[in-house]
Amino acid sequence: MKRLWRFFPALPALMLSGCTVDLLQPAGPIGEGNRDMMVLEWAVMMCVVVPVIIATLVFAWKYRASNTKAEYLRNWSHSNKIEVFIWGVPILIILVLSGFNYWSTHYYDPYKPISKEMQVKVGAPDAKPLHVEVVSLDWKWLFIYPDLGIATINELDVPTKTPLDFRITSDSVMTSFFIPQLGSQIYSMAGMETQLHLMASRPGNFQGEAAQYTGPGFSDMRFRTIAMPQEQFDAWVQNVRSGDNPLAAKEALDAQTYLKYHAAPAAPHAEAPKPAPVVYFSNVQSGLFESIVAKYNVGMTHENHGTSMGDKSMDMPAESHTAAPSNTGM
Amino acid sequence: MLGKLTLSSIPYDVPILVGTFIGVAVIGIAVLAAVTYFKKWGYLWREWLTTVDHKKLAIMYVVLGLVMLVRGFADALMMRTQLALAYAGNPGYLPPHHYDQVFSAHGTIMIFFMAMVMMQALFNFVVPLQIGARDVAFPLINSISFYMTLVSAILINISLFIGEFSNVGWLGYPPISELQFNPGVGVDYYIWSVQISGIGTLLTGMNFLTTIIKLRAPGMKWMHIPVFTWTAFFACVMILTTFPVLTVSMALLALDRYLGMHFFTNDGGGSVMLYLNLIWSWGHPEVYILILPAFGVFSEIAATFSGKPLFGYATMVIATGIITFLGSIVWVHHFFTMGAGADVNTFFGIMTMFIAVPTGVKIFNWLFTMYKGRVRFEGPMHWIVGFMITFSIGGMTGVMMAMPAADWVVHNSLFLVAHFHNVIIGGVFFGYVAGLSYWFPKAFGYKMRDVWGKWAFRFWFVGFYLSFIPLYAVGLEGMTRRMNHYDNPNWHPWLLVACVGVFVLAAGLACQVIQFVLAAFDAVNKKPDALDLTGDNWGSGRTLEWSLPSPVPHYNFARLPVIRGLDTFHIEKELGRPAPVSELEPIHMPKYSAVGPMLGACGLLIGFALVWHIWWAVIVGLVVAFFTIVHRSANLDVDFYVTVEEIRADEEAFARRLAAAKAAE
Repeated sequence: MKRLWRFFPALPALMLSGCTVDLLQPAGPIGEGNRDMMVLEWAVMMCVVVPVIIATLVFAWKYRASNTKAEYLRNWSHSNKIEVFIWGVPILIILVLSGFNYWSTHYYDPYKPISKEMQVKVGAPDAKPLHVEVVSLDWKWLFIYPDLGIATINELDVPTKTPLDFRITSDSVMTSFFIPQLGSQIYSMAGMETQLHLMASRPGNFQGEAAQYTGPGFSDMRFRTIAMPQEQFDAWVQNVRSGDNPLAAKEALDAQTYLKYHAAPAAPHAEAPKPAPVVYFSNVQSGLFESIVAKYNVGMTHENHGTSMGDKSMDMPAESHTAAPSNTGM
Repeated sequence: MLGKLTLSSIPYDVPILVGTFIGVAVIGIAVLAAVTYFKKWGYLWREWLTTVDHKKLAIMYVVLGLVMLVRGFADALMMRTQLALAYAGNPGYLPPHHYDQVFSAHGTIMIFFMAMVMMQALFNFVVPLQIGARDVAFPLINSISFYMTLVSAILINISLFIGEFSNVGWLGYPPISELQFNPGVGVDYYIWSVQISGIGTLLTGMNFLTTIIKLRAPGMKWMHIPVFTWTAFFACVMILTTFPVLTVSMALLALDRYLGMHFFTNDGGGSVMLYLNLIWSWGHPEVYILILPAFGVFSEIAATFSGKPLFGYATMVIATGIITFLGSIVWVHHFFTMGAGADVNTFFGIMTMFIAVPTGVKIFNWLFTMYKGRVRFEGPMHWIVGFMITFSIGGMTGVMMAMPAADWVVHNSLFLVAHFHNVIIGGVFFGYVAGLSYWFPKAFGYKMRDVWGKWAFRFWFVGFYLSFIPLYAVGLEGMTRRMNHYDNPNWHPWLLVACVGVFVLAAGLACQVIQFVLAAFDAVNKKPDALDLTGDNWGSGRTLEWSLPSPVPHYNFARLPVIRGLDTFHIEKELGRPAPVSELEPIHMPKYSAVGPMLGACGLLIGFALVWHIWWAVIVGLVVAFFTIVHRSANLDVDFYVTVEEIRADEEAFARRLAAAKAAE
């Protein structure tokens, strides 16, 4: 084992994620809710688990065969008092936890917009939500900011103290969109749109990940989530829009250029596919997200299901789903 | 002619696999050569391979389970060493293509070919003996069950050397398991090995449910049934209600892959959510199918080694029934993150939490079984104390994840991985191992050396915490499962500890292997103090199996026992055994049959041919299987009578051994 330590370099002074236990040191009200529920349940359960473990050890020791002084009731196997106790205590505990369960499942429902209460708590009661459309691809994340007309790959920049409304889909296999320090995760599934509402209450640089296995590039299907004050965020948006930065893509993101990013990188069996680099798009064709969802549903999204599709030009080129690139090497 | 199978399907360019293949080939050839050298082929065929005796099938299940345990454990070693190495730019030694097959094989093997196999071993060995039956209801089907399990285990191992195995995890989630994303044969190996073993399990469930309902000894009322048999009963109920769902989900996935249908594909109206619901409405009950018999084992052991009846027998039975019911209506807790409404999530969350009630009751029952007892800490009892501590912790983290608001951040994390290993190792595995050491003398007439069992326990107990507490920690640090490499410095120290832990577990496994080898050594050398003369090896057995000689004669009971209540054998020891009222009579028994191995061979051929699209071989397999069954149905020479002389000779021999044992005291 000693040799393994060679691979353990000195801890970099400034790690992007910081030296945090992500789930116990959340950076937003949803994450705090997740943590509070987890800690609460842990605390309540410990009230039973600790006594049980102690009792196991005490009984095992006290009633060991060699301790002939201990009382021995060789035919005793029933006691109404104990039965009431052993059914009653777990039922009571679970009833209490069930109450919390009902409340927290509704209060922190990922589909529910960030509540006024949470906004007041972070001191920005009137902040308008930021809409972000999330698309999971092989093996990268595409973030479209529909209101801002920009998009990024593998980097999610958000303002702090602003409700984040995510609409999530996949244009490949199913996975899960997860930023541990901000809280709850939700699946991304092709042809379907899921929703998630989060908020960052403080600036930070958080790890973001695909939490459901997606193939050979899975381990590098990660993104940094950078939360910054509104002014900085505005500056960042300007920077992206200008197209004048090293990460800028040369072209706008539309149905055609999208195909290039949609393709899975090829990799031989013997190695992992290269991680996808961060890309900024200064311009995004509107309706791209809807057309990605729609291409698995005969051109229809849930919203306009049954009605005419409207702008036909938004349909994805037909070959994109029939000839989707296979995960080479699988 | 050979479908998709070509020479390039053999991964001779992967050194690990070539090395493994050479190892397996050497061992295999050595075993075959030894059998030939000692001229044991005839014996093996007549006495073992064609057997329909539930006790011999149980032993074969145990051997299969142990081999697969070693296989699955090797996968675990590879995963933990990979994650100890693959940090900060180091790719480790397993590229994703290989690593992904390893974690998929680990899960599939440990559940289907280790745990389920051990469980069926325990059912086979214990249930008929505990209820005073001479065999199971359908002995031949029992043999077929075994062969279906065996050949699917062989099929999954063939995938190591010919082609590849599934790379998408033990449940084969679509759409990544669909042809579009996974054109290789790996998922097909997965589908057919699960499918064939599922047939075996379904037949076992049917067989043992019938056995428990119909073949109990005269006078054994429902509330006289020993607790292990009760847990087997409820597990069989769940097998019958849920395994068909597994069969259907696998069949639909196969239709997608083979006939281009769209049940679970991204397009064409397929729905991945449908698959998740189907597979988990089998998959969740499955873990209760595994854990209930382990609870049964602990109940037997706690009573035997505490020198007291089990505390709260009726409560135990009721709690098992409640778990069976609740366990079947909680499957959505495996995907709270799918975006279901808050009411749906709440319902499944609360139902899941309520499973903690009957489970907690059981823990208290074992606790109060020890209370005011005379607890003897022989090997099997170690496992139960370790279990009660470990399982309580695993139950706690389970309840934590039953709350959707908490699960949304630990879903698919290593916290989850730690949780289910906590209950599967601490519950299922500890239970089955305890059961093996508890009933081993009954099966062979020889004791195992307890000291090695105790060391095995110590290593497993410590190794478990070393391996999995770190996984809880990295889970809280946001690490998801199935990662192949990472660059988060917070995770690295924990994963190094986990890697040390898995080597401690390996030491435990080594102790168990040594224990079996030494037991075989003692048996061959007829070591006198290893002999179980009385049949009541632990001296305080309470249920019927301990009233029989060890090893048990092939017809089990010379006279069908008269049941005088719960723990009949204990009552007999207290009040004296009633003198036999009836004369010995010839016993009607089933003949051994080659139908099991025949159908097994057909199953293997069909499975392999389906994987590689060798259609003519599929047809050959089906036709041979069909005519095997027709031939069997037309065969009237399937039974025989055990003569009174043979039974009497056995009885007298047992009486002499009992007398010798008494004299030795």
